[in-house]
Amino acid sequence: MNSRERILGRVRRALADVPAGERPYEEAVPRDYLREHGERTVEESVDLLAENLADYRAIVHRADAADLPLLITRLLAARGAEEVLVPPGLPDWWMTAADPVRIHDRAELTPQRLDRVGSVVTGCAVAIAETGTLVLDGSPDQGRRRISLIPDHHICVVRVPSQVVASVPQALERLAPTRPLTWISGPSATSDIELDRVEGVHGPRTLEVILLDG
Amino acid sequence: MSGTFVGMPAFPEAARAAVDDATLRGNLRHATHTIRAKRAGAVAELADWAELREAGRRIKDHTLRHLDRYLEQLEASVTAAGGTVHWAADADEANRIVARLVEETGESEVVKVKSMATQEIGLNEALEAEGIRAYETDLAELIVQLGKDRPSHILVPAIHRNRGEIREIFAHEMAAWGRPAPENLTDTPADLAEAARLHLREKFLRARVGVSGANFMVAETGTLVVVESEGNGRMCLTLPETLISVVGIEKIVPTWRDLEVFLQTLPRSSTAERMNPYTSMWTGTTDEDGPRAFHLVLLDNGRTDALADQVGRQALRCIRCSACLNVCPVYERAGGHAYGSVYPGPIGAILSPQLRGTGSEIDASLPYASSLCGACYEVCPVAIDIPEVLVHLRERVVEGGPAVRGGNKVVLRPAKGHAAERAAMRAAAWAFGHPGALGTGQRLASRSRRLHPRTLPGPGRAWSHTRDLPTLPAEPFRDWWQRTRGGKDAK
Ligand code: SF4
Repeated sequence: MNSRERILGRVRRALADVPAGERPYEEAVPRDYLREHGERTVEESVDLLAENLADYRAIVHRADAADLPLLITRLLAARGAEEVLVPPGLPDWWMTAADPVRIHDRAELTPQRLDRVGSVVTGCAVAIAETGTLVLDGSPDQGRRRISLIPDHHICVVRVPSQVVASVPQALERLAPTRPLTWISGPSATSDIELDRVEGVHGPRTLEVILLDG
Repeated sequence: MSGTFVGMPAFPEAARAAVDDATLRGNLRHATHTIRAKRAGAVAELADWAELREAGRRIKDHTLRHLDRYLEQLEASVTAAGGTVHWAADADEANRIVARLVEETGESEVVKVKSMATQEIGLNEALEAEGIRAYETDLAELIVQLGKDRPSHILVPAIHRNRGEIREIFAHEMAAWGRPAPENLTDTPADLAEAARLHLREKFLRARVGVSGANFMVAETGTLVVVESEGNGRMCLTLPETLISVVGIEKIVPTWRDLEVFLQTLPRSSTAERMNPYTSMWTGTTDEDGPRAFHLVLLDNGRTDALADQVGRQALRCIRCSACLNVCPVYERAGGHAYGSVYPGPIGAILSPQLRGTGSEIDASLPYASSLCGACYEVCPVAIDIPEVLVHLRERVVEGGPAVRGGNKVVLRPAKGHAAERAAMRAAAWAFGHPGALGTGQRLASRSRRLHPRTLPGPGRAWSHTRDLPTLPAEPFRDWWQRTRGGKDAK
């Protein structure tokens, strides 16, 4: 007997007390918790997102389409970035004013090569107001998971209000489990040393979020 | 008089050493009290906490009661998504599978995300024996590994170390494992974190095999979920070419939607955050993004034995948030190491004896490592009735009876008669037979919060104080409670 059968056999014997016609999943799990906490207008949700992002030490900016290229340029310049990593499908117009050399993430690039790039600019799939979370799903404007991980400085552009949801349940509804997903709430952090929060251990130490109107 | 009962001295003696260690106690106390206060605030933000907790309890209970079906569904969905599923009945088998998978890649080192399952099976040591070096990459696990130490807390494994000790460990040990600590390393947390960043980054960037656990596995979709803070998890999950995840069979949830419950309750219960900095979800493999090969090792290692216990199986609902550790007056005094297991605190006291049986001294003593104050039940986000299971396991230790070990039905013999555990049982039985006393003594978290006994409460106190056992707690639980609390409060 192989281990698969042995384990499944043990499970079945262990569950001999469970009646055959037990309530199915749909009835066994009550869903009387809230879909969203509190009632907010769309604008209020965006404000809450900004507040919660900032509370977890992300730096939040607001821009409309006219300001965006200049804002990105300014943020990259402030970091002294010479190269900036971009996913393949990042809208070209976001970067029209940017000076740094754009490094396009291709599969052949080694992690060591990516490690020499200081900044990355991505879009996102969904942002969650109640928790201050950005979710990336690997779409062309977000790229492979590694590009938002290795550079020390991540600029993430969120289209508001269309990409903003209030809550975790609403976010899961919008996401496809077949895609690789990265949920980001603030910059990398640790509290392992006497519970003092320190930003940035392995992921980007600086997370800048641009809430893009319209 | 020396104890005659095989199981008794283990926890109490280990605990006595910890209780005498002032540094350890200070570190633990600071940590548990800090997290505890923050957690209450994070939970209070959600008006539907009680409903989320109940939903979490029901999801996990339902899954456990139909675990065979969900395991088969998970296997099918992971396979369909391009992963390979392996089944491991015990620790040895799991270790052999992982070692073989690593060897097949031709590599001799792996980077690891913190995982309790791999600690439980002693994977690092097993790989070492095969000539494979496993690097722990979580900051706290790194501190533990470099310090040749053991973790003492589920969530903050190096909670027993303060910054001065960590500086010493880094300065002396990093060089032997790779990039040395910077000269003139100070003991500020930022400096220490930076040293860890530099030390580990060179390992991440060249790693070709990653090993992880998982917080959740979704049967419906085959998705695995890892919740973390530092980004070391993301490094290990996405940069290597091969990813091997070792996960206990109880970590399943049926549907994608179920994550909406646990992604709300887990971060708030564990680190007291609205959401942890990073959560990774992956389903099999994805072309040109992340590992090209994904292996899932499903681990039994005593879980089916626990599942066979109708009272004790609820321990398998645990989502390892560690909230119960932080409220436990015994844990706060005794420290994680006293529990002799990777699962410390209240959850460890009920999980370890079920996974490993009660044959050893330490496992037989663990059900007594509690004051039954009930604070652990109050905070548990999946409502595990830890006191109920503790009392059930005490009965099993003392009276014996039917159980399942290694998949086989056995009848356990009662532990040899001994005044201490009979007294302990009387105390517990008395409390459970008197709902009023239970109500005030057991389920009032607010009151338990004020309990800071200098020695262990309950039978543990007897053991940590003196070996003159026969004369000890022959008084009712409530009187004992009143007496030991008064005058024993650490101010
Ligand atoms: S038993 Fe409950 S409180 Fe303790 S770690 Fe598990 S889920 Fe958290």
